[in-house]
Amino acid sequence: MSSPRYFYSIATSLIPWFLVSGLILMVAGLINGLFYAPPDYQQGDAFRIIYVHVPSAYISMMAYSLMAFAAFVALIWRIKIAHAVIVGAAPLGAWFTFLALLTGSIWGRPMWGTWWEWGDPRLTSELLMLFLYLGYMALRASLPNLAQADKLSAILILIGAINIPIIHFSVEWWTSLHQGPTLLKAGGPAIDSLMLYPLLAMIIGTTLYFGSLLLVRTKAEVLNREKNSRWAKKMLLGDQL
Amino acid sequence: MNKSNNISLLSGFNAMFRRDCLHCIKNPSQLLNPLIFFVMITAAFPFAVDSSKSQLTQIGPGIIWIMAILSYLLTLQHLYLDDADDGCLDYIILSPQPLPLLVLAKICAHWISSGLPLIIVSPIIGIIYQMQVDTILVMIATLFFGTFALSLIGSIGASLTISINNSNILVSLLVLPIMIPILIFGARTIGLYQAGTTTISGLYFMSAYCMFALSFSPFASAAALKIGSE
Repeated sequence: MSSPRYFYSIATSLIPWFLVSGLILMVAGLINGLFYAPPDYQQGDAFRIIYVHVPSAYISMMAYSLMAFAAFVALIWRIKIAHAVIVGAAPLGAWFTFLALLTGSIWGRPMWGTWWEWGDPRLTSELLMLFLYLGYMALRASLPNLAQADKLSAILILIGAINIPIIHFSVEWWTSLHQGPTLLKAGGPAIDSLMLYPLLAMIIGTTLYFGSLLLVRTKAEVLNREKNSRWAKKMLLGDQL
Repeated sequence: MNKSNNISLLSGFNAMFRRDCLHCIKNPSQLLNPLIFFVMITAAFPFAVDSSKSQLTQIGPGIIWIMAILSYLLTLQHLYLDDADDGCLDYIILSPQPLPLLVLAKICAHWISSGLPLIIVSPIIGIIYQMQVDTILVMIATLFFGTFALSLIGSIGASLTISINNSNILVSLLVLPIMIPILIFGARTIGLYQAGTTTISGLYFMSAYCMFALSFSPFASAAALKIGSE
């Protein structure tokens, strides 16, 4: 997998599988979740936003873990493809983080009576997560030298990754002292299977969809980095060479 | 044979530390300007909000801590950028001493020149914000651990951006999310003390965070300096 050329051809053949299976699962999950799942006994139909909210929040964390893992691999084993994966994943992760915040805020309006609730630790630590993504992209954008940008931003990601548990813990501790309105919680772990299966389908479907987007973006990044290599020229220009 | 090889780790650390402290004493504006900024802005807040005693004691800890972080961010550009500009940094990287140790010496000197003055003037700000004497002591304790942690975390941000011109705002973007735990525990510990609840756990957390940052910051900064000055 570490050879750019090999990665490129594998990714090209994987993308349709990821995309099609992801879209099928997402459509199935959405139809079942929005029309066939029973309304929540406390929240009514408003709970249905979890079918977008939970997958986005999951992807936002999964993407950062993936970036941290790739940064680790890239710094220790000096595998260049890992840098391209980080570049591909960052804007996607930031976007899903933003979606999670947006849907969480829209959900909060009918549930808590406010768009933004500082008393919810998940909301506030998700906001800090968005800041970490933005910091990475800002650092990346201001370093013109590619090799330097790769290594320095990988260090930043690792520093962020080891601090995420601490940030989350301190936000949680802070909100436990914070006197907010009592939060409504969904019916506990005993979630109805008619609600659960569409949610699982959405989570897996969104992950596959994210995977296909990640591969498309990483492919483009690899091609950009390898634009002077023979295989890339041959593939792009074909017979003209 | 070579004399530089006989220098012990401790004397290498000391030399770096003393050099940076002297550098700071000879450029007092570097030390004083962020400090004056801290005092002026904290003193300007009561003009903008309701300046009754109960209001000031409530918002005081938060404002003091936010301003401590902001004035700290202003000082970060001098941590490595001055040395990078005049070429000293290359010699520091090339020296036979381990780079993380020299980085730690620079961080300690940075704390002496930025954190310590902040702690020294903080009682005045505490009095402006109507704090009791014992509350001021708690505030000094949180600032003591907190500013050292800020120096350690800030060092990472400063070292990641040495190859960038005008990186001051960028450094703030990079390190602020990581500094949030310090802000939360620093300000809330003072607030909890004022409310009459237990504070020692907050101080424990801040010292633990300090130790934790001490374990990775010199190494991460050293790696970033090496990459950044290539």
